[in-house]
Amino acid sequence: MAAIFTPGLKVSERDVVVKDRQLPLEGEVCVEVGDLVKADQIVARTELPGKVFPVNIANQLGVDAGRLREFLNKKEGDTVEEGEIIAQTNGFMGFFKSDAKAVVSGTIESISAITGQVIFQAHPIPVEVDAYIDGRVVEVLKDEGCVVQAEACFVQGIFGLGGETKGIIAMAAQSPDQTLTAQDIQAEHAGKVVIGGGYLTLEALQKAIDVGAAAVVTGGFDYDEIKQLLGYEVGVAITGGEQLGLTLIVTEGFGDIQMAPATFELLKSKVGSPASVNGATQIRAGVMRPEVVVTFSESAPADRYTPPEPVGIGIGDPVRGIRAPYFGKLGKVKSLPVEPTVLESGSKARVMEIEFENGHTVVVPRANVEAIKK
Amino acid sequence: MSEELNIRSVLATDCGSTTTKAILIEKVDGEYRQTWRGEAPTTVEAPFEDVTRGVVNAATEIQELSGRKLVREDGTILTPETSPTEGVDIYISTSSAGGGLQLVVGGVVRSMTAESATRAALGAGAIVMDTFATNDKRKAHEQIERIRQLRPDMILLAGGIDGGTKKHVMALAERVKAARPRTRLGGGFNLPIIFAGNQEVNAEITALLDESCDLEIVDNVRPVMEHENLGPARDKIHDLFMEHVMAQAPGYDKLMGWSDAPIMPTPGAVGLIMQTIAEEREINILGVDIGGATTDVFSVFGGIFNRTVSANLGMSYSVSNVLAEAGLPAILRWVPFDIQEKELRNRIGNKMIRPTTIPQTLDELKIEQAIAREALRLAFIQHKEFAVALKGVQQERTIADAFRQTGSGDSLVKMMELDLLVGSGGVLSHAPRRVQSMRMMVDAFSPEGITELAVDSIFMMPHLGVLSTVNKKAATQVFEKDCIIYLGTCIAPVGEMKSGAPVLHVQLSGSSNVDERLGAAELKRYAFEESEEVQATLTPLQKTLDIGAGPGKPVSKTLKAGVVGIVVDTRGRPEIQIPEDSESRVPLLAGWVDDMGEYPEAKN
Repeated sequence: MAAIFTPGLKVSERDVVVKDRQLPLEGEVCVEVGDLVKADQIVARTELPGKVFPVNIANQLGVDAGRLREFLNKKEGDTVEEGEIIAQTNGFMGFFKSDAKAVVSGTIESISAITGQVIFQAHPIPVEVDAYIDGRVVEVLKDEGCVVQAEACFVQGIFGLGGETKGIIAMAAQSPDQTLTAQDIQAEHAGKVVIGGGYLTLEALQKAIDVGAAAVVTGGFDYDEIKQLLGYEVGVAITGGEQLGLTLIVTEGFGDIQMAPATFELLKSKVGSPASVNGATQIRAGVMRPEVVVTFSESAPADRYTPPEPVGIGIGDPVRGIRAPYFGKLGKVKSLPVEPTVLESGSKARVMEIEFENGHTVVVPRANVEAIKK
Repeated sequence: MSEELNIRSVLATDCGSTTTKAILIEKVDGEYRQTWRGEAPTTVEAPFEDVTRGVVNAATEIQELSGRKLVREDGTILTPETSPTEGVDIYISTSSAGGGLQLVVGGVVRSMTAESATRAALGAGAIVMDTFATNDKRKAHEQIERIRQLRPDMILLAGGIDGGTKKHVMALAERVKAARPRTRLGGGFNLPIIFAGNQEVNAEITALLDESCDLEIVDNVRPVMEHENLGPARDKIHDLFMEHVMAQAPGYDKLMGWSDAPIMPTPGAVGLIMQTIAEEREINILGVDIGGATTDVFSVFGGIFNRTVSANLGMSYSVSNVLAEAGLPAILRWVPFDIQEKELRNRIGNKMIRPTTIPQTLDELKIEQAIAREALRLAFIQHKEFAVALKGVQQERTIADAFRQTGSGDSLVKMMELDLLVGSGGVLSHAPRRVQSMRMMVDAFSPEGITELAVDSIFMMPHLGVLSTVNKKAATQVFEKDCIIYLGTCIAPVGEMKSGAPVLHVQLSGSSNVDERLGAAELKRYAFEESEEVQATLTPLQKTLDIGAGPGKPVSKTLKAGVVGIVVDTRGRPEIQIPEDSESRVPLLAGWVDDMGEYPEAKN
């Protein structure tokens, strides 16, 4: 029988984590293979081209595009300062001269004899990429960045907001089903990765932002509060660029949902440890889930790790329901019938039989279950 | 591959953004029939990052169900057929995985060359990420920033009729160059740019762009104002789709090696089938394909083909965007039970982050079908806005691209003139009851007068579209026998109705007879035998109401009953009238659901 493939979220006490640290454009790589790096160490840098401003200088001067160069005192590649005169006509008997000025400080990118357009490029914007996690450089991507590898405790969430950040793990909830309210957030959470429980109120999140927490990890959060938070709805789950003031990681889903006890206990065991956190989520085209990474500083394997071939769900494997009416429930696969089954909704689908922790057995569409990965 | 080849069996897959759907076509008693189907999650993304895994999983499902060996031990598709239980003669595929084919389009004037270029891109099955033009109200530097951010699969640049403006075309090209656009999938390739504008600037365009981009020059999409020539640009988009996009997407190099015909973008294949139906039957047709990420609408009115793609309206990845664009009240108005707004928002959010899940309970199904109505309705609004005629300009059309601009600038989509509405895509094709598909389409499209409705039985139009390029006979036979399911006919009077008075006298004569006067706000279903033709006499009982013959005039016609039957809808046109407050809305919706026999009773 074919195994089924429903990629689940990874919650791993110890795993090899491999991170590509790439520049958006080619640049300089500052590390070598074998180097041990710290999470905040710069591993590559480059300069993003500045904004580009096309201006029709021939029109400004009232000259033919083909003759524009005669009146320019600059050429391609020359630097200019904003407001500097770059072209001037002779006028008539020294009068009625027209001139044109640089619209931005930067360089002249191009001059067109066809359109009369001069393209100014503002000064480049420096960009640096850090290692994100403590680890070892196992590969250098020429002119682009490197690959950092470490042994780490690794927890994936289902949805996040905000980008990469770092902080010390601190607990704000006592149990995986506790609702985190504003009272649970304290001044001492500044700069910390705050671990919540089952549900996070908007007030608690707001207070975490106010006290300067680096990140908040929660089991559930209300979808409509994202709109209140951001001022717009997240229509398609491509996130990571939000400027919230912190990074939010939702481990289970939207609503009041208990954090998976294994996730909660694992994070709890890491209190006081430095963590690297990323809220970037991309569900379409190259799935990316938010994550919490706590590296083991004593171990940074030197050999490039190759992840094992993904395997499907088989009988006896631990699974989690990911849709109503069994959302968030944990159990084990009891059987995988081949024949499609009619569901309550009337749809016919391939199903699996799951035995929940309380001994209850239910039939669930295979699509509504994910493997619990360790 | 030619039709002369004696193809005995075909395995066809469609690699969608969410699931990979496989069908097996076999010759049964001398006729091509679709016999088995299988599906599996698409595996373009991590951790698999190899589209062929999903293809093999879907094929394995067919293998298990049919007993025909389709997958070799090494995980490749077994071709050709060596016995009736081993292998298939050909394997073919369409794809929209990984976001499909994404283009940025440019032209000098937004409503002229830029629009022609957009038509060419859409006709090729692409998603148009943005269209820029010299008069699109954005400043040049804003356009450049936008092109930089977008990272398309390719750029189609038009502009100027042949012998027309050079300066504006070059200004546009200079902006493209200044943006230094990069490809979405990276891989160290230069971005493909197709120039299909004023042919008199080909040399200048080459000098400007050739070094920094992978430049292809084809014939102008708008050589003269009165004529569009979309074929060359469209064909070049298809070529580059195969050479660049497919070749770089994870696993596609392998898939292309397996496939016996070029892999087509899914919408391109569906469009091909839609046009074939309209041409063969000489009818006006409206088709929709609602997917996980996008919704495509196709129309052929008076022989003019149009396609639009609503890139962020879909039932899984884009489901939250349907909520964002339609608003919660618009979705709630189709939910036939009370639900807390917060609860509904969370359910929709959870579907977005777990896009491959399916509704297990009846309430979950009802919510999904409510969302589908809004996704379809919004996509249709976008289609009507795009499918317009340009004033005073006429042009020829070819079978494949076939956009033509005629007439007055009005929308070409005239619902009263629509003959057939065809639905496709998971939520329509796989609805547990066909009546649910009919309800969703009637509610979303508000057909006017008398309209036949059909669905793609198990979502195989993309497969048949690509099959038609290999073996038209097989595609046509399977289309007729196994693909299209006639749901029935919808009768909907248009015009202002006086409430409290009867609006329509319905007389139907078939295996059973109907003679009934209906009031306003009713939705009635009259079931007949599936293949039955029903003689109908429909008489408006209010002078303002039109069912196709003009206000107040009766219509006598033979109607197709289909699997659902004849549905009479007096809920108002052009807009279906539904109360906003839940106290009056929920019982009204529940009444329509009961009258139509839409859902089974919940078991608990």
